Formats: sequence, structure tokens, C-alpha cells
Amino acid sequence: MSGTATYAVRLGVRRGLTELGQSLRSTQDIGFTLFMAAAVLGYLFVRRDDRVAGTDLLVPTVQLPSILGALVAFTLVVGPAYALAMQREDGTLLRYKAMPHGVRAYFTSQFVALSGGVLPTVLVVLIPSLLLFDDVMAGGAGGWLMVAGLLVLGMLAIMPLGIIIGAVVPNTQKVGTWGMLPITVLTGISGIFVPLQQLWGWVQAVAQVFPLYWFGLGMRSAFLPDSAAAAEIGGSWRTGATLLVLAGWAVAGWIVTPIVLRRMARRQSGSDVEAAREAALQWVR
Amino acid sequence: MLREETVVSVDDLWMRYGDHDVLTGVSFEVRRGEVICLLGPNGAGKTTTIEILEGFRRRSAGDVVVLGEDPATAGEDWRARVGVVLQSWRDHPRWTPRSLLAQLGAFYAPYSTPGTPRPLDLDTLLDLVGLREHADRKISTLSGGQRRRLDVAVGIVGRPELLFLDEPTSGFDPRARREFHELVHRLADLEQTTILLTTHDLDEAEKLADHILILAGGRIVADGSADALARSVAVEAEVRWSLDGERFVHTTEDATGFVRSLLDQHGERVADLEVRRASLEDTYMALLGGRDRAPERTLEVVR
Repeated sequence: MSGTATYAVRLGVRRGLTELGQSLRSTQDIGFTLFMAAAVLGYLFVRRDDRVAGTDLLVPTVQLPSILGALVAFTLVVGPAYALAMQREDGTLLRYKAMPHGVRAYFTSQFVALSGGVLPTVLVVLIPSLLLFDDVMAGGAGGWLMVAGLLVLGMLAIMPLGIIIGAVVPNTQKVGTWGMLPITVLTGISGIFVPLQQLWGWVQAVAQVFPLYWFGLGMRSAFLPDSAAAAEIGGSWRTGATLLVLAGWAVAGWIVTPIVLRRMARRQSGSDVEAAREAALQWVR
Repeated sequence: MLREETVVSVDDLWMRYGDHDVLTGVSFEVRRGEVICLLGPNGAGKTTTIEILEGFRRRSAGDVVVLGEDPATAGEDWRARVGVVLQSWRDHPRWTPRSLLAQLGAFYAPYSTPGTPRPLDLDTLLDLVGLREHADRKISTLSGGQRRRLDVAVGIVGRPELLFLDEPTSGFDPRARREFHELVHRLADLEQTTILLTTHDLDEAEKLADHILILAGGRIVADGSADALARSVAVEAEVRWSLDGERFVHTTEDATGFVRSLLDQHGERVADLEVRRASLEDTYMALLGGRDRAPERTLEVVR
């Protein structure tokens, strides 16, 4: 990279942090995060003294890691998908395309803002859970370290899915159909709400292709005592396989992502932004 | 004779979408410091032309040179010399004009030279576009006119040699439009920026442009200053007068001759004499009308 290119990456990091700060001060964004957190915590609170059938583990203990995994995965897919589609339509991408080294800076800023945006989603659920529920973390300091590592690896593995959806959807309104729907289905079959073994064999196979299942499994292995592994496929945390699958998705994702983003940026022009504005004014066609 | 420096040179530009030709052999040149207006009805290919010059769209055929490079392949350093203001930006609603201009201006710092410091000083820029008092408001709360002036500020923050403005005043009220025109004049005078703008507003073209290109049906049908264009088309002038309190109107190609004979005949009884020459609008309508009858007709006007 030339000097001006690395300089643009620094500008992109700065822009990403500014956007993140704005998001944290926005009632719209924070309101959504808090609403999600309240719903999750409310559910777990009602069942705080229940035990999971066949074990002596509490419901919040078992379900919190899975729910956290789902929340993070959902944020990592839907966040970038909406952000890219919307900012392509409102002209943000074009604005940076008109700047020297602007596209590089823009994508850097998106990466910073969106990955940073995952933290509040995790913390607003995790911190109250530690105060409200017993036996949240069985693994101690090692467990927390593993959670941190998994968050980084999971982010690298899952975020490209959101970026690719955001880059290829024809418009923002289609993110619901092309992005939300598949991800909701995928989350539904990834062993987060229902143990994977209770589903049909082919569904189990599909779920194990995608990183969401493995991310949830990793989260459970970090939080839960080793005895809980008996409830998983093969009666094991399959830690090696988890790391391998997530790393594989991360590598593949970050090879494909720049290609898709470059294609999106190359095709963007002022008429597209104008057409999107016209389309947004016309909801019913 | 010394030729003025050519900033934009377009030769036989073609653009085809599918089997539909939008541009069919457009050629023109823009010299440094000029304000050029690309005028034409909706769908004439104005935006397509400007997007090709900006490097945002690939042309089907023809030669295009902008600031010495082909915009389709020009690099990031070329970007630093060009400013772009598009039609419908709604981005960065949570930023303030000051924070956004500071952020975007920083991209041009590596291109600063002792003679031309870049980016433009923030307060100077805010004064130039008349946004100083709104500099710390959220961009989402700006009016349409303020928003567009912010877009222009972004377009010129890097002190470009060449500025593209695509339909800059569509949706403006008359006051915002006038303020905007003054801004364009200031830019052309203060910074000697070459400006290429598109519009379908004749009045705007007449007020702003040194040089007007009329684009219709995918080609340039007229090229010249507003005056030269009006003179070039033999449109009849309108003569109005009153005689003993009664009002008359006569249209003629030879207004001077008609008035002479009118005065010879009636002398001092003629009052309220008024001669209205063809306006740019008349020229424009004549050209577009003429295009339907004789599509090959091209007017070249020497300035």
C-alpha cells in the first residue's frame, strides 16, 4: 500500500469510530438494542429457578450462551446487510467513491463501526445476567478468554455473510427477504432454541455447514461445565472442529468479500442513487 | 496563436444501454476556467454524459480525456483534482456540516502543495457556501437548499480544478436558486475552477454559463454562448407599440426595418415602443422542434 492508501485507512478507522459513537448516542439504535436485551432478560428471569430436564443445570445457564451466540450472529449479518444497502442508496458509498482512496476508507470505516457495534449488544445482555442469575460462567477466567477469542473469530467468520448480502441485494427493502429471512431460518435450526439432535437428519447436516451452529456451540463450551457436553452431538464440544469450521469461513469470507465490494463500488453511479430515491418514494408498485 | 488549455475533451462519444442508444456521437471541449452548461430535456443523456466524465460509468465508444487522463482508468490521484456534486445525496444524516467537511477534507491533505494548500480552510469554506451558522446542526435537519450547498462544499473542499454539478438547483425555491447562482459565480471567480453543470432550466443556463451545449436525442444540437445561440437561429422578433392609445403587436424577422418604416409612417404618434428579441427559450424550442424535422442539423457557433 502506498502512503496515501494507508493514510486513507487511518481516516476510515477514524470515521468508523465516529459512526460508532453516533450510533451509541442514537435513541433509535440504542432503543432497539435495549428492547432486545429486555426481552431476553425477561424470558430468562421468569425461568431463573427452573432446571433443564435431565440435568441439574439452571435454564439461564444453559440458554444464555446460545442466545448470546444468536444475538451476535444476527447482529453481524443483519447489521452489515442493512448498512451497506442503505448507504449505497443514500449516496454514502458514492460520496467516498468521489474521494481519493475513498472507497478503501469507507469499507475500513464500515468494518470498524459494525464490528464495534457488536459489543454493546453483548454487554447489555451479559452484564445484567451476571447480576441476576447464578452459575452463568462455569469456566472462570479461561472461559472469559475463550468467549473473547470466539467473538473475534465468530465476527470474522459470520460478518462476510452480512456484507455479501448487503452488497448483492437490489435495494434496502429486499434485505428483509434476502437477508433477514434466511438468517432467521438458519438461526432457528442452529441448535440455539432447540437442540440440533431433535431435528431431522438433513436439517442437522445443513446447520452444520454454516458458521452459526458452530459459533453457538463454541459459546456453550466456553460458558458451560464440561458435563453439559453430553447434550451435544457426539457428546463432545468438538472444539477442534469448531475452530476449523469458523476459521474456514473466515478465510473464505475475507477472500470473497473484497471482490464483491469492489464490484459493488464499481457499479455505483449517481443515477442509481437517484433511482433508489425515486423507488423509495414509491412503496407500492 | 496560443490556445487556452483544454480541460475536457470529448470526441465522438457513444453510449448504448442494451439496444438503446443514449448518446450518438457527442463531441465537445471545455477550456480551463470556463463555466459550461449542458442543457437539454429530460432523458437527453445529460447525466449519462457527466457520469462518463466523472469516471462513474463506462462508455460504449469514443475518446474522452479529462484533465489529461481517461476517466474510465484514471487513478486515485486524478480523483483528488475533480469535484463531484450529484443530484440526490441523503447521506451522513447524523453528522454535522463541520464534522463531515473536516472528515472528507482530510482526504486531500496528501495533495496539498505550497501554492495550493489543501483542503480548503474549514471556516473559509463554510462562509463561501453560507453555512457557517448551520455548521453544528445535524445534517438531517438542514433544508433542501442548505443540504445542496453542503454538497457543493464537499465538492470543492479539495480545491478541484474541475467541478461537476448535476442538476444543482432542482427543487429550489427562487431565493435558494439565486443564492446558489451567486455561489457558482464566486467559485468561478475566486478559485478559477472550471465548472461543468447540467440543467434543464434555460434561465439558469443563461445566467451561469460562458458556454452552453444543448443536448437532445443523444447529440449536441447547439454549442455557443447564450447570445450567440439566440442570434444564430432566425427566430422572429416581437414588436409592440401603441398608436393613439390602441395597442399593436407584430412579429417580424427584420425588427429594425419594421420599426424604421413604422416611425416613418406614423412619426410621433407611435408610443410605448418595445422590441423583444428571441430569448434563449425561443432558440431552445426552435432547436428542439427543428430536430424532429431535421435530425441531422447541427449548429456550430463561433464565440
